[in-house]
Amino acid sequence: MKLLLDSTLCQGYGLCQEHAPALVDLDEWGYAQILAAQPAADQEPAARAAVEACPNRALRLER
Amino acid sequence: MTTIRTPTGDPSPVLGPNPQTVESLDGYLAAGGYRPCPDTGALLDRVAAADLRGRGGAGFPAATKLRSVRDRGGTPVVVANGEEGEPGSAKDRWLMRARPHLVLDGLALAAAITGADRGYVYLSDAVAAERIRQALAERDPGLPVSVLRTEHAYVAGEETAVVRRIDGGPALPTAKPPRPFERGVGGAPTLVANVETLARLALLSRYRDGAATTALVTLSGGPRHPLLTEVRYGTPLRTLAELHGVPQPRAVLMGGLFGGLLDPDRLELRLDQAELASAGSGLGCGAIRFLDADECPVAITADALELLAAESSRQCGVCVSGTRAMAETLSALATGVCGTEGTANLARWSRGLPGRGACGLLDAAARLAGSLLAHFPELVAAHLRRPCPTCAATPPDSGRRLHVPAPDIAPGAQRLTAIDRPHTTPGARGTARATLSPTSG
Repeated sequence: MKLLLDSTLCQGYGLCQEHAPALVDLDEWGYAQILAAQPAADQEPAARAAVEACPNRALRLER
Repeated sequence: MTTIRTPTGDPSPVLGPNPQTVESLDGYLAAGGYRPCPDTGALLDRVAAADLRGRGGAGFPAATKLRSVRDRGGTPVVVANGEEGEPGSAKDRWLMRARPHLVLDGLALAAAITGADRGYVYLSDAVAAERIRQALAERDPGLPVSVLRTEHAYVAGEETAVVRRIDGGPALPTAKPPRPFERGVGGAPTLVANVETLARLALLSRYRDGAATTALVTLSGGPRHPLLTEVRYGTPLRTLAELHGVPQPRAVLMGGLFGGLLDPDRLELRLDQAELASAGSGLGCGAIRFLDADECPVAITADALELLAAESSRQCGVCVSGTRAMAETLSALATGVCGTEGTANLARWSRGLPGRGACGLLDAAARLAGSLLAHFPELVAAHLRRPCPTCAATPPDSGRRLHVPAPDIAPGAQRLTAIDRPHTTPGARGTARATLSPTSG
């Protein structure tokens, strides 16, 4: 699985980071930064939660 | 005014023998142009064997790109990308203005290779658009071709921006994947190829050798007018610096704004993708600025960052914030009011920001800042201690000084004479000084 961020959609809500702090960090301006583009199997639930939490659908998971 | 110089001794297949005039259809046919290509597979093999690289900036292998579009399935679209966003480059506008048939021949061959059933020429330059239209009226390239003019902008030639604009949207990049070869114009697999790349494809279809061994380059900086010429890959930067009359540059701004700065100890580097990449730089679109004594690397970096911050398409928050932060910090450095915290921030941003935007603009900005710190540490340290008089004399002006105008060329056949430019000083050893200039106008 790949965790992909569309930077044009990220508005810096920061909800993704709350759900998946090991996968997503927020930079000094509040925008999401992917820490692990290929989440391990046990991280997939967190990745899914981060994807679903984004109000602007900036994150997605791809096989 | 930009000067054009045909090299002596070296081949110049794209510049051709008469770069100051528009090549006519008859002239192009007489040179072997528009020959039928019965075996597109063999041509593709030749493109691969010649290792033709994309000349828009990324340097991606042309054969791989052609094959990816061909093998994707569906009916592809081909686009000749002539939107020259880099301010220091003039080669694409020159090429479309002077040799429109060469570009259209390459576009038709790209369509034949990929199986495309329509093509576009995408550009902002009005003169070039007119020349392309005239060329299309003179001869049907055997493919429906539309000329699409866009507004000039730094990111307008980025391949996803090209697709978006052709599809009726704004000329702004989109997130990747998908890339245009996967889903491009109207959802079809799309080849977006730089016009120089297509010109070389056309030349490869009729010459076995030489068509991919040179690159068009635009040289600027120093006392002379900017120079458009064609040089062999493998040419050392020092040779180009001497050719352009800046034999001892303070710094070299590489690849338009994409290759960062190099210091004068790296003038032995050659125009070679791998060699430049190993030095953290790149040839990009072949735009190279040699900074003379009247230009400070700090001021140029600050100015380039100001330009990039203004040219950010303002789609990615990290690009808006990141380019602005770097531009402001560099401006402070140029005016002598930056502290060590500022340079520490620049170092951190130059490492952390690449790859985070949808297009490469933020990467270019970060590379510029990082290369200034890496290659000019003593100069940067001196700027922390006291204001720099050179920077004070050349305050940022939104990158206007970085712009190179397209060369003026005559629309019809014109007699040419070889003359010496009056303010040319001897410099390049063993290089003829003859410059082609029109006899009138």
